Amino acid sequence: MNIALSTNTFANIISYFSENLGWGIWGEITAYSIIGIIYLIFFALAGLYLVLLERKIAAWIQLRIGPNRVGPWGIFQTIADALKLLSKELTGTIKADKLLYNLAPYFPIVAALISLSVFAFSKSLQAFDINIGLFFLTAVSSVGVIGILLGGWASNNKYALIGAMRSGVQIISYELSVGLSLLTMVLLTGSLQLSEIIEVQRTGGWLIVQGHIPAIIAFMIYMIAGTAETNRTPFDLVEAESELGAGYHTEYSGMKFAYFFLAEFINMFIISSIAVTVFFGGWLSPFGITDGIVWLQPLWFFIKVFIIILLMMFFRWTFPRLRIDQILTLEWKYLLPLNLMNIVLMAIIVWLGLDLSSLFN
Amino acid sequence: MEIETKNIKQPNLKDRFKTEEYMINMGPQHPATHGVLRLILTIDGEIIKKVEPDLGYIHRSIEKMCERDSYQQIVHLTDRMDYLSSHINNEAVSLAVEKALQLEIPDRVKVIRTIIAELTRIASHTLWWGVFGMDIGALTTYFYGFRDREMINDIFEETCGARLTMNYNKPGGLMFDIHPNFVNRVKDFVAHFKTKLPEYDRLLTGNIIFQKRTKGIGFLTKEDAISFGTTGPVSRGSGVASDIRKIHPYSAYERVDFKQPLYHEGDNLARYKVRIDEMWESLSIIEQLIDNIPEGDYQVPTKAVIKLPKGEYYQRVETARGELGVYINSEGNKNPYRVKFRSPGFSNLSVLNHISVGSKIGDLVAIMATLDLVIPDIDR
Repeated sequence: MNIALSTNTFANIISYFSENLGWGIWGEITAYSIIGIIYLIFFALAGLYLVLLERKIAAWIQLRIGPNRVGPWGIFQTIADALKLLSKELTGTIKADKLLYNLAPYFPIVAALISLSVFAFSKSLQAFDINIGLFFLTAVSSVGVIGILLGGWASNNKYALIGAMRSGVQIISYELSVGLSLLTMVLLTGSLQLSEIIEVQRTGGWLIVQGHIPAIIAFMIYMIAGTAETNRTPFDLVEAESELGAGYHTEYSGMKFAYFFLAEFINMFIISSIAVTVFFGGWLSPFGITDGIVWLQPLWFFIKVFIIILLMMFFRWTFPRLRIDQILTLEWKYLLPLNLMNIVLMAIIVWLGLDLSSLFN
Repeated sequence: MEIETKNIKQPNLKDRFKTEEYMINMGPQHPATHGVLRLILTIDGEIIKKVEPDLGYIHRSIEKMCERDSYQQIVHLTDRMDYLSSHINNEAVSLAVEKALQLEIPDRVKVIRTIIAELTRIASHTLWWGVFGMDIGALTTYFYGFRDREMINDIFEETCGARLTMNYNKPGGLMFDIHPNFVNRVKDFVAHFKTKLPEYDRLLTGNIIFQKRTKGIGFLTKEDAISFGTTGPVSRGSGVASDIRKIHPYSAYERVDFKQPLYHEGDNLARYKVRIDEMWESLSIIEQLIDNIPEGDYQVPTKAVIKLPKGEYYQRVETARGELGVYINSEGNKNPYRVKFRSPGFSNLSVLNHISVGSKIGDLVAIMATLDLVIPDIDR
């Protein structure tokens, strides 16, 4: 594994602490902790504000106003909610498997936070640029399902167990589609490293344009599978309020519940970030209109992520829920064969040099 | 083609992986049962083996209370049975008593009763549509349904003073005359709802996931629909022409022209379509009547203490859920000797086990939603 830290902002912070201040190894540790805390705060806030965004969007779609009491336009609503959840008593069932029950909420949130570390928000704003970036992302993000399975199993509740089993089946199936659709794009980029992938798009145009037909198919499959990965409607039968009450987190309260809840929203951010990096050029501006301005790079990244998140929220508030066997049919009978064919198509296009990268040179 | 399987030795998977059926309680507190219905489910993984409804959690012995009350008071008890068609329940009792007394009811009363009954039906179906969407996971429909239902409730509030338990009927007519705004507001609503009903189709009916969730699910044959005694949209979705408004017209239904929507598929989608079509028909009934409400009295005077002649009386009406029958056995006193309500929800619930065995948990919720159960109506 080759970790490239030389040219980015975080490397500067570390070298400032360890060399300029002369703190040596302790300086490095301090710097790493500071970077970690910045990430934590940033993504706790991102998670909370995504919840607020979702509530507002749901309200606008559903002819309501949405939260508007705490702060102007309700901007402190979710922070107040999180504080309330922090102060709540952690109730649990007597018959629960104590160790697993208490351990479960940490899996989704930790997995979500780890996978955030590899994203390139701009050319120099990337904490962890490894050459197996995409592989790392798919590997880490699938750890979260362990938490859901454990939570459902250890709660000793039949509804929670049904929810957890559904989740296991669903996420393991759709992981294939996420992986294969990303693999299709990797054929085009020739690299798994996220910074490399963006570099390819700088010269050859966004991958969704460069790869034309197979790239668009891959994007569609990725969005379907990504929605399923985050357990959102139309694939939300893990929770399935009208069927299972609350699904796998029926027996969780307070902050433990909040971990599950926040992880879901951070996962949505991750899925959108991967889509933006792999299909829509990451921090690159459209047609290179603001190429020279460095500080606009993260802004472009977040605008694109925001648009994809909006798309996922529109899915949630307009679609009904699928049934468990329909979900599996969709994956194994339609998406997976289509995906395999798509990879072959992409391979042919790359082999014959039919991609559209020449348009941009 | 039949494949020969006799000679192939199948590994006995049952012995290798031992699975067990297990039991879960859906309800009495559960989001999908819309009330306090308890379903005892025997399931094998996700597949339903048996559904056993356990009733009685909201039993208030309305029929027994009726024996204690005078005929005017009985009307108010019926609000609390099927609270979504309270006006039609009131109408049923009033019609039964009027029939026994052989009262001549003014035309004005008949027309107003019919208009309000159809508004009630639309209100009930819009609520059902919203909740059905929610049951299969589309939460937005709930608010769209309630937006339109709210307008009807406002009309009711202005005329009757109540939004849900209306108490607008009495034996002999109506409690009060309609509000001066009534006609205009109903016309506004009809115009508004005509633009919104296609929106319902755009949001839900055409959706591919919705079609997958409803087509072929909860199949009820015509024979079963008859033998289980289902009525209303449940039976009409299976092709049984059971509309009481057509078979035994009451109030002003004779003078209006409307169709009885019939579908022969017998699945969730058929029951859904029946209800959507019924809303269109109700709109057309209201349109035919609203412009010519006859002048006249809004009630005929009755004695303060109504004593029905000795005998048995039965009146059937079509509520939003199906046939409501009111049976009154009178001994000539001021209270009835026995009152029995034949409620639509009870017989419609009886098909639940029959049509949901073998399907998934998600299907059971969808089936239950298309039966459109109101639990106080079942328990009474």
